[in-house]
Amino acid sequence: MTDQFTSDPTKAAQRMRAGSMVIPLMPWGIAAVLLMVLPFIFTANSAITIMNQMAITIIFALAYNMLLGQGGMLSFGHAVYAGVGGFACVHIMNMDDFFAGIPLPVLPIFGGLMGMGLATIVGSFSTRKAGTVFAMISLGVGELIAACSVIIVAFFGGEEGISGDRTYGMPFFGVEFLQQIEVYYLITAWLLISAALMYLYSRTPLGRMANAVRDNPERAEFLGFSARWVRFFSFVASGFFAGVAGALFAVNYEILTEENLNTTQSGLILLATFLGGVGFFFGPILGAIVFTLVQTVLSLQTELWGFYLGIVFVVTVMFFPGGLAGLIMMHVPAMRLGKLGRLGIPYLKTLGAGAVGCLGGAALIEMTFHLRHASAGDHSMTLYWITFDSHTMLPWIVAIAVTLIGFGVARATAPALAEAWNDANTPDGTPR
Amino acid sequence: MSAALELDGLKKSFGQTEIIRGVDLSIGKGERHAIIGPNGAGKSTLFNLITGRFPQSDGAIRLHGQDLAGKAPFQINRMGLSRSFQITNIFPKMTVFENVRCSLLWSMGYRYNFWSMVGRSRALTNGADQILEQINLTARRDLPAGVLSYAEQRALEIGITIAGGADVIMLDEPTAGMSHSETDYIVDLIRTVTTGKTLVMVEHDMGVVFGLADQISVLVYGEIIATGTPEAVRANPKVQEAYLGEALEAH
Ligand SMILES: Nc1ncnc2c1ncn2[C@@H]1O[C@H](COP(=O)(O)OP(=O)(O)OP(=O)(O)O)[C@@H](O)[C@H]1O
Ligand SMILES: [Mg+2]
Repeated sequence: MTDQFTSDPTKAAQRMRAGSMVIPLMPWGIAAVLLMVLPFIFTANSAITIMNQMAITIIFALAYNMLLGQGGMLSFGHAVYAGVGGFACVHIMNMDDFFAGIPLPVLPIFGGLMGMGLATIVGSFSTRKAGTVFAMISLGVGELIAACSVIIVAFFGGEEGISGDRTYGMPFFGVEFLQQIEVYYLITAWLLISAALMYLYSRTPLGRMANAVRDNPERAEFLGFSARWVRFFSFVASGFFAGVAGALFAVNYEILTEENLNTTQSGLILLATFLGGVGFFFGPILGAIVFTLVQTVLSLQTELWGFYLGIVFVVTVMFFPGGLAGLIMMHVPAMRLGKLGRLGIPYLKTLGAGAVGCLGGAALIEMTFHLRHASAGDHSMTLYWITFDSHTMLPWIVAIAVTLIGFGVARATAPALAEAWNDANTPDGTPR
Repeated sequence: MSAALELDGLKKSFGQTEIIRGVDLSIGKGERHAIIGPNGAGKSTLFNLITGRFPQSDGAIRLHGQDLAGKAPFQINRMGLSRSFQITNIFPKMTVFENVRCSLLWSMGYRYNFWSMVGRSRALTNGADQILEQINLTARRDLPAGVLSYAEQRALEIGITIAGGADVIMLDEPTAGMSHSETDYIVDLIRTVTTGKTLVMVEHDMGVVFGLADQISVLVYGEIIATGTPEAVRANPKVQEAYLGEALEAH
């Protein structure tokens, strides 16, 4: 499930045809086992809440990447499909008789169909062109439907949104989903199913052509495929899985509001997906995990989490367009040469120092923020478990020194890291 | 011999300028037809009109007797016409193998299929590998197409064009920029893969033209000034005057 764009599974499959499907299935097996045992490691209720949120975001990000990474379609309004799927599911929860007849784990199918239905309508005109036209239409439609939340109150519930109760569904083998942990397993089951289906989709003729159309729509047309229909089918499939994510949100939180489908939400999923890396199937998974951690854990530590996230995003776009997944896959050649270990120490030096510099910089930002925004007379602030007076010189001097020294060391050791990098990527015995 | 491709009073203007100024041409089934002419004569534009890349301003194009007016490139391709481009036009980020496999999908009936795995189809894999063998790119199979050398990309361009099994093949300067040995190789390749098919080819290399073509048309300023067998065209005084003089003496 690693590099879906550059390599082809058939060769590996030929080599081990006599063997079995074991190796391609391994990441999935590991993921399944991990998802099973995670609640036993992180037992706190808050941890389960975060993991639920994470799993939902992963599905949404993977669905989004069917457009962005695989289809080359930049959408600024994809939250709409998740949101509408979620709203539909809350309405189903509120249809007492109907809901009592279906078990809760089936509900996401309805959310998916709703997302897919909307995507069919919108896709019928928005996928005619890729590029800017598609992006602008996605933005417009996103705004339009978000605006509908205060117009079509019966469906969207106006400003308060609508809420339901997941426990009114038909018990599923005796489980009524009263507890978070039961919901966790419901969500992770859907995570595995959705991720597997989306992965398999990328290996079908249509999935491959989505890549082809992304790279060169014109050439695809001269091979018998209508670029527009290829985009349309990707869009509809993506709408389905976005709807599933929305449904799981409804199951988890039992409430949906305008926030679930507005452009902020659409922007955040773009951000999470890009951060993880659009070029590899597992990229959005990483992105969703990191993003959810920032959103939940870091946001408890600082009000400025969005600011830091923004910096990370801009740095990613500018310097690491492959995202986290791209950074990881960059190391494959060195690993193949068995020389990955040689990067350890140089990495520790440069990145360690860089991290210290970042912490120093963050301290300066936090202190400035405190200086400007704390209530008058409140001079005491706590940072990195140290409490001090933000109106005295010492903390500023320390923070500035740490920042300068951190970045200075990082910069001084960078050439050594570059050297080590070249070395690790050159086969032994090659004259340089 | 019934016509595979017929052009009837074909015209194309870009804005005020008329680039194709009334072309009549009939290319028979199984014929190898070369279109030659000076730079800017409109050869590529003619290709673009036939393959649906541009709409014509006037006149008609018929493929196997069917009118192509208003048809999109993918529809024309499905009717059995495939083309290559003067400027290499491949999927640079996908592997060489995948480039060829994508060009097999439609003709092998996979179309917009999303319920079967491409990697599982023996026919697809073998078909693509056979094409790679033919175009001599087996050793490059798993590289991204964008990193191939120029000549290799030209070979891939031809591979993609012929893979789908179209019966009318149109090649726009297939040997442009190739060395002598590469050209010889590509000419042999074109000859083998187009046996029994109709070939329409734009080419500047007169060696290639006289080696491959049964019929030659000379396009000058958007008009065909002569059509006929290589011998007839070579002997045509109008052609010699307008364009070919020196090039022909050389052969
Ligand atoms: N899309 C377009 N818009 C405007 N003018 C065009 C367009 N395409 C081609 N032309 C013009 O039409 C004329 C013929 O171009 P074309 O590419 O068909 O020539 P050609 O015979 O293929 O030449 P070459 O041997 O250099 O490939 C040129 O003058 C070119 O500038
Ligand atoms: Mg040309």
